[in-house]
Amino acid sequence: MELHLIIFFMIFAAIVAVEAKDLLSSLIGLSAAGLGLSLAFLILKAPNLAITQLVVEILCVIILIHATINKDIPLVKDGRWLFNTIATFIFVGVFLFLAFLALRELPAFGAPLMNVSKDYLALGQAKTGADNLVAAITLNFRSYDALGEAAVIFAAVIGVLAISRKTGKIDE
Amino acid sequence: MNNQTGMSLIVKTITRLTVGLILIYGIYIMLQGHIGPGGGFAGGVIIALSFIHLILAFGRKAVFQKMNEARGLIYIASGALAFLLLSTLGFLGISGVGFMPFCDTAVALLVSSGLFVMFLVLIGLASKEKRI
Repeated sequence: MELHLIIFFMIFAAIVAVEAKDLLSSLIGLSAAGLGLSLAFLILKAPNLAITQLVVEILCVIILIHATINKDIPLVKDGRWLFNTIATFIFVGVFLFLAFLALRELPAFGAPLMNVSKDYLALGQAKTGADNLVAAITLNFRSYDALGEAAVIFAAVIGVLAISRKTGKIDE
Repeated sequence: MNNQTGMSLIVKTITRLTVGLILIYGIYIMLQGHIGPGGGFAGGVIIALSFIHLILAFGRKAVFQKMNEARGLIYIASGALAFLLLSTLGFLGISGVGFMPFCDTAVALLVSSGLFVMFLVLIGLASKEKRI
């Protein structure tokens, strides 16, 4: 149920990002879609990917805003500062309340987090037939992760080939 | 093979003896990644190093007849596609014992041909700049 809500939110944010007139609004729509993806990872019980998605999203948004902030900045100078301030405080309050609810659910500091990993340790050799448990996790249980690393290497090689190719280049 | 290109006769003779061993060691590291330390990435780098060893000893022209940029691109693409296929098979529930050497082989194909083609392109650039 929450997953469907988040997916509809992401689709809406993506449409806003494509259709917005100025670059800053489109960037905010893009980052909203990325935040929704991070939440979807959290709901699907993949906190590792959620953290990665969140960090990469923050970095990309910082770079993109830095690149576009000087191009066009919508200046709002009419007297809406009271509404803006009240809305900001309301959102901060809602965020703190939700964060308080979420942080109470976390296990205590130092408690072992072995919800998924104990299955890896117990059933890893029987399920994959690999004595090397690290390889069993990286290539079999977390094969999707290794696919991302292989895609990074592929993109790096193709990028080097595309930059240093001989044909199709304009001679200086 | 003429003796004009590449390094001296001693280096060429020793290279003829050792390059096969290096290649076999790379394949061994690649295939035993699920038993001991090793795996596709390390094995692929060793396989690429054996080809680079050949280039350093015999010169570029001797190796370009066997392996060039276009053929390397085919290997890169086939390795990436094979690993994509293997790692998305998990969505269908197809996984199990004896599955990991294939994953390692696909990764090693991608990594070895990728590093080798990168090296080829970079030394191609270097030689072109030296000629100018």
